[in-house]
Amino acid sequence: MTFQDVYAKLDARRTIVNRLMLGLLGLASLVAILPLVFVLYYVVHRGIQGLNLSFFTQLPKPVGETGGGLGNAVLGTLVLVGLGSAVGVPIGIASGVFLSEFKRSRFAPWLRSAVELLAGVPSIILGIFAYAVLVVPLHGFSAAAGALALAIILIPTVAKTTEEVLKLVPDHIREAGLGLGLPRWKVILRIVVYGSRSGILTGVMLGVARISGESAPLLFTALNSQYWPRGLLAPISSLPVQIYTYAISPFDDWTQLAWTGSMVLVLFVLVANLLMRAILGGKKA
Amino acid sequence: MSTASPITSPSPSRRPSTRPINPGDRLFRRVLMGLSGVVVAVLALIAIYLAKLSWPAIHEFGLGFFWTTDWDPVKEHFGAGAFIFGTLVSSFFALALAVPLSIAVGLFLTELAPPRAAAVVGFMVEMLAAIPSVVYGLWGIFFLAPLLRLYVQPFLGRHFGWLFLFQGPPYGIGMLAAGLILAIMVTPTITAICREVFRAVPNTQREAALGLGATKWEMIRLAVVKSSWSGVFGAGILGLGRALGETMAVTMLIGNRNEISTSLFSPGQTMASVIANEYAEAGSNIHVAALAYVGLALFVVSFAVNHLARRIVKRLEMGGTR
Repeated sequence: MTFQDVYAKLDARRTIVNRLMLGLLGLASLVAILPLVFVLYYVVHRGIQGLNLSFFTQLPKPVGETGGGLGNAVLGTLVLVGLGSAVGVPIGIASGVFLSEFKRSRFAPWLRSAVELLAGVPSIILGIFAYAVLVVPLHGFSAAAGALALAIILIPTVAKTTEEVLKLVPDHIREAGLGLGLPRWKVILRIVVYGSRSGILTGVMLGVARISGESAPLLFTALNSQYWPRGLLAPISSLPVQIYTYAISPFDDWTQLAWTGSMVLVLFVLVANLLMRAILGGKKA
Repeated sequence: MSTASPITSPSPSRRPSTRPINPGDRLFRRVLMGLSGVVVAVLALIAIYLAKLSWPAIHEFGLGFFWTTDWDPVKEHFGAGAFIFGTLVSSFFALALAVPLSIAVGLFLTELAPPRAAAVVGFMVEMLAAIPSVVYGLWGIFFLAPLLRLYVQPFLGRHFGWLFLFQGPPYGIGMLAAGLILAIMVTPTITAICREVFRAVPNTQREAALGLGATKWEMIRLAVVKSSWSGVFGAGILGLGRALGETMAVTMLIGNRNEISTSLFSPGQTMASVIANEYAEAGSNIHVAALAYVGLALFVVSFAVNHLARRIVKRLEMGGTR
């Protein structure tokens, strides 16, 4: 065997290994997105069968009666998410603005660590926190406690996207504003933040989409309810908790409601993400 | 800006850039600091309240809580060993699947895929993270678990039943299902970091490998993967942080039984799932305290894990800008 033969054999082997491994990488990517396809297919396929107006307008029926909807859970989710956002969004945006515009402040590294660590705290832990802060002193499960847990989950998401979006504003824009003699707060609010409002808004929407799917922190704060929302100090129903309850129930009517509820949630989350993509576009790679 | 001349900067010890002079600026800064101070305060309050709530259990069971496995709400004796075992097994099983997969996807996206395909696949992988946990749980109950029970587990049992991992009756629901769903859920997190890490590898390294006659795969192996291990490790740790605390899907799929078994087929319980299952119905104070104690442990662990991951990834970002 000559050198050429040895090299040819080696080269052939290397080519085969190359093809094989590159093919494997492609295959792995296919495997990774397969669950998404399956989940979306099943959720839409099973969910659409129960989609009608009464899903949004009626209370769930007791076992044995057909029909009924998850109107109270839809409304409850809106209440919880609305309230949670009212608390969480201003704090989140303020933190994001501080991180981006005052990054040389001595407080900034602390805030950055806090935001990132808070993002890593399991949501069920925030449920325990809300339980300790609101359920124990008020002697009862309440919508307010659920909203508090959701607000805390929302803060890091909003803070991070706000910071990212504001970082995209080039410094010369700030300098131009300051050069015109504007005070810094006006430059930040009227130029930097105002100019980035669409990006900040989509960040808020992403956060809101995320907390509307949270169920773990609501299990023992907002609990669940068979009725329409009865105020902030009473237990309240929500889509995710209702899905959980009905998913593990043995009744077909209830599992149907769980699938339809899932479809509503998933579609909302997907639309929010697609919008984020469309608005931020090429800015965020 | 120069500190050399005392005339232009009368108090050189001050840091000039962050001190607001305008009263509006001062107010604005205070409002921002007040609002964002809430974030720092909340983090501290979580630790304090968790400790306070779990104090009776800490007092009663001490550290032995973590290695005793007796969890009996009726006799009011609690030990979290089985849940810690369940959390570790399900998380590491998930990582064992998700890390190689995420590395492959990350390499595919940065090295192989044409930009448009990379955008689509990347977006779809990100969407995996956006699906609510409870929806994964629902899907797992009606799709994944039956699939495992009818096909996968009998197959594994028949051919690999000699291995301790694949023994016992096929329930569908159990450690295997929970680990699989966790793997799906942490893949986007790990993939995102892997992508960043691979992207940070300078092109000159790739060119050097190709210039020496390496095939594309050899280039990926030598130039990209080899210099990225610490980053990939950080990505895995970050994924671990997510897997440890993931609650709903796991609660719905793991079977919720307080026992330790070496087989992936058998049901188990994790720290997060026991809290989700029992908290709302916990009757006695000591039961609530024991669950809060589990929560406190989970908080401390995920805090430490995230902190570690952050340090690894951060050091990498600094190195990447060379």
